[in-house]
Amino acid sequence: MIELSDLIVERDHARILDRIDLRFGQGGLTAMIGPNGAGKSTLLHAMAGLLPLAAGRVTVEGLDMPNARPRERARVVALMTQTDRVTARLNVEDLVSFGRWTHHGGRPGPDDRAAVDEALELFDLGPLRDRLLDTLSGGQRQRAFVAMAHAQGTPWMLLDEPLAALDPRYVRDLMERLHAISRPGPGQRSVVVVMHDLATAARYADRIVALKDGRLVTAGPAQLRLTGALLSDLFDTPLAVETVAGRRLVVPA
Amino acid sequence: MAERRRILFLLLGLAVLAALFMAWRLGAPYGYIIRIRGIRLGALIATGAAVGAATVLFQAVTRNRLLTPGIVGFDALFVFVQTGLVFALGATSVAGLPPMAKFLAEAAVMAAAATGLFGLLLRRGAEDLLRMVLTGVILGVFLRGLSGLAARMLEPSEYAVVQQASAASFGAVDPAQLAIAGIVLLPVLGIALRLAPALDAAALGRTGARAVGMDYDRLVLGTLLLVAALVAVSTALVGPVTFLGLIAASLAQAVLPAQRHAALIPAAALIGAAILVAGQFVFERVLGLQSTLAVIVEFVGGLLFLFLVLRRSRP
Repeated sequence: MIELSDLIVERDHARILDRIDLRFGQGGLTAMIGPNGAGKSTLLHAMAGLLPLAAGRVTVEGLDMPNARPRERARVVALMTQTDRVTARLNVEDLVSFGRWTHHGGRPGPDDRAAVDEALELFDLGPLRDRLLDTLSGGQRQRAFVAMAHAQGTPWMLLDEPLAALDPRYVRDLMERLHAISRPGPGQRSVVVVMHDLATAARYADRIVALKDGRLVTAGPAQLRLTGALLSDLFDTPLAVETVAGRRLVVPA
Repeated sequence: MAERRRILFLLLGLAVLAALFMAWRLGAPYGYIIRIRGIRLGALIATGAAVGAATVLFQAVTRNRLLTPGIVGFDALFVFVQTGLVFALGATSVAGLPPMAKFLAEAAVMAAAATGLFGLLLRRGAEDLLRMVLTGVILGVFLRGLSGLAARMLEPSEYAVVQQASAASFGAVDPAQLAIAGIVLLPVLGIALRLAPALDAAALGRTGARAVGMDYDRLVLGTLLLVAALVAVSTALVGPVTFLGLIAASLAQAVLPAQRHAALIPAAALIGAAILVAGQFVFERVLGLQSTLAVIVEFVGGLLFLFLVLRRSRP
């Protein structure tokens, strides 16, 4: 369970997030949507406990995130950030095994290696494991960072725009996998994804969280909340949600 | 493992150079000459190792392969601390301090100032290379200016004490200083090696590293303390060398297949030591030139810096 109560985040005296009240339980795939500058990334960082709060509380699985020790925090939430850019000469396997830091502190054991192998397998990175990151395409690198977050082994995975730089095939590929791991069963993860692709959100999300100007507009089941009225209001442009052959599509109205 | 073999190879290379340095045209009185050469060899190795390791550590936390502690003003800071000490206490009382206490006091002031200045800088602008370099360069100029001003206000005899500290010289080395350097250098290198896996993961940047559960700020702070101690060692021994570290770290990166600090740190330390020993051997023994090594190392290092800056087309 993620619980945000009366959350306020400020930067340089500007209010980035304003009194966010939000709670949702484990499981499923949550799409976080909203226009540029709505505060989506900031909210994700706040959920991961990486931002100082001006007011309010953030707890994940009962852990008080902003005040938790780094190691405890990283056992509950994995965060893939948008600015993930690595300057060092690292290969894919090294990167993914950084995700295990909170478990191994620099000296990986058999459990860590197993988790790394599983993540590499799951995101189709097996053949690329020895490749240096700077020799990969943007999409491959993106998948490596998602795999790193998966290897962390946390109940919650927060991903900030993992679909950026991916072509349609990999968008579909990645979303299918994220959708699959968020289904009930052993090793289930709760996945929260910041995305701009509304059609993809409509197709895969169980739940949406919509932000605008630092405020929570709505949160709830995607089936109910993802409507033309909401999207038109959110993005200040007329949009409609149509159902064609059982699929929900977002189209200009 | 390929890495281990390459490090052993570097170690072997350094041993051969050291043997050459000691044995080349050795004449009577043997005992005296061996002692003198031994002290000098020790100083060269300690300096090269300290500068090489310090640069790799600094590059890890700044996530930048162009920077050296020297470029962003660590050395200038050390000279400033030295000058300030002479200025405040007078040359006689500074010279009269027990060397170990003096060194530790200097290193402590240096560490505090360096972590204060660069810790703040790293927190706010580590992503911005240009800002880092400019701030460092300006800071260096500022500190050198202050040192120069203080030096002008000193007695000539006091100034001589300062001058010794502010220009690189591989000539006369105080055996007491060398002993202290050794005592400081070994544990610092040991700690640096223990930090190696964390330094690898520091490549994720502050947010990424914190997201996987690292205490990133503590790592940066600890690493800066180590860098300050290493720069204090090398600068106390021979004076400031700005670009040697850049050569050592770049060669270490070229020699090793991947970027693992457990290998990079020893490799850069060995290469730094080897460059100084080889350089001093060639200039002093073979060519019979005195005090040119620092100039050449700075010249070659400066060229390398320009090359690396100009080659860097991608971010």
